[in-house]
Amino acid sequence: MKFSILVNEGPYTHQASDTALQFTRAVLAKGHEVMRVFFYHDGVNVGSRLTVPPQDDRNLQKSWSDLAEEHKLDLVVCIAAAQRRGILDEGEAKRHGKGEGAANLAPGFRISGLGQLIEMGIESDRLVVFGD
Amino acid sequence: MLHTVNKSPFQTTTLQSCLRHTRKGDAVLLIEDGVLGALKGTDASGDIWGRRVEVAFYVLGPDADARGITKERMIDGINVIDYEGFVDLVAQHKTSQAWL
Amino acid sequence: MSEAAKGTGKKVPKKFLYVNRKAPYGTIYALEALEVVLIGAAFDQDVSLAFLDDGVFQLANGQDTKGIGMKKFANTYRALGDYGVTKFYVEKESLQSRGLTLGDLQEITYEDENDDFKEKPSIILVSRAELSEVMAQQDVVLSF
Repeated sequence: MKFSILVNEGPYTHQASDTALQFTRAVLAKGHEVMRVFFYHDGVNVGSRLTVPPQDDRNLQKSWSDLAEEHKLDLVVCIAAAQRRGILDEGEAKRHGKGEGAANLAPGFRISGLGQLIEMGIESDRLVVFGD
Repeated sequence: MLHTVNKSPFQTTTLQSCLRHTRKGDAVLLIEDGVLGALKGTDASGDIWGRRVEVAFYVLGPDADARGITKERMIDGINVIDYEGFVDLVAQHKTSQAWL
Repeated sequence: MSEAAKGTGKKVPKKFLYVNRKAPYGTIYALEALEVVLIGAAFDQDVSLAFLDDGVFQLANGQDTKGIGMKKFANTYRALGDYGVTKFYVEKESLQSRGLTLGDLQEITYEDENDDFKEKPSIILVSRAELSEVMAQQDVVLSF
């Protein structure tokens, strides 16, 4: 079965991105396909490579990046939500004149439009929402 | 339909609103702080008890464990599942609705 | 998808429901949900909006955001009809428990292209039981 996942909250303040991560791992463990994970609202902050959680805490960005690498997951950060909250890839950083090295999008994530979320709804068998 | 609730019933009316929109054959899964709603003998437990015949109730075990809520303290008849059980529930229902 | 639809290679539109249960401005959910609805309108799906609990305040009349320095987006709901988004299910019980009536909400209409472009109301007042029925009929339920 083809699953898609929507993450509406950022890391650490809310459990949503933790639950989504555990859920996504379980979807893969059960042999289902994950079409895409879409990060919206503060969820885009999961895609910041600049977070530095304490060593004895989990690193949500890294966990998602690692999972994406291992399973070739499509992790999409909403462009409009990301711009509001200062999550930029190289192209966006340049386009908005934010200076060299300003890009902070973590490995395994890509920035794209809300159409990607609608597409998940159309093409997946199941869409599961995590938020607050 | 599968409904997920992640809020404590002592904090918001989310669980109450969800339950009022459930239909016969639906499933409700309590996750995150929503697991507090599974406790028996509370001001809120009557709402779940009142829907137990028509609706199947589930609790995400890891979330209950994290909050020190054991099976013995839960409303009778609530099923405790893990993340893979969550995936199965989603697969079994055509749609899922998150009550955020 | 039906076999007939498969044969023609044409996909049957899915039923999308956007569930709005939060008041505007205090959090960004209402605004960013509206942004999804606007983008989603281009995909030719069968779209409905549900307004229940505090979500009914998103449609309230007389919003004035000058004093809080935020953009008022309430007018955008009225434009959705032009994008083919014409079904706004508003829950009666949610209005009642908040001391509101239909008259406290903005008038939202659309031009029905199947009926000589007659102007028709987009807001459909439903009971809780009717809204539960609408929810049960969906293929995709998006909440924010």
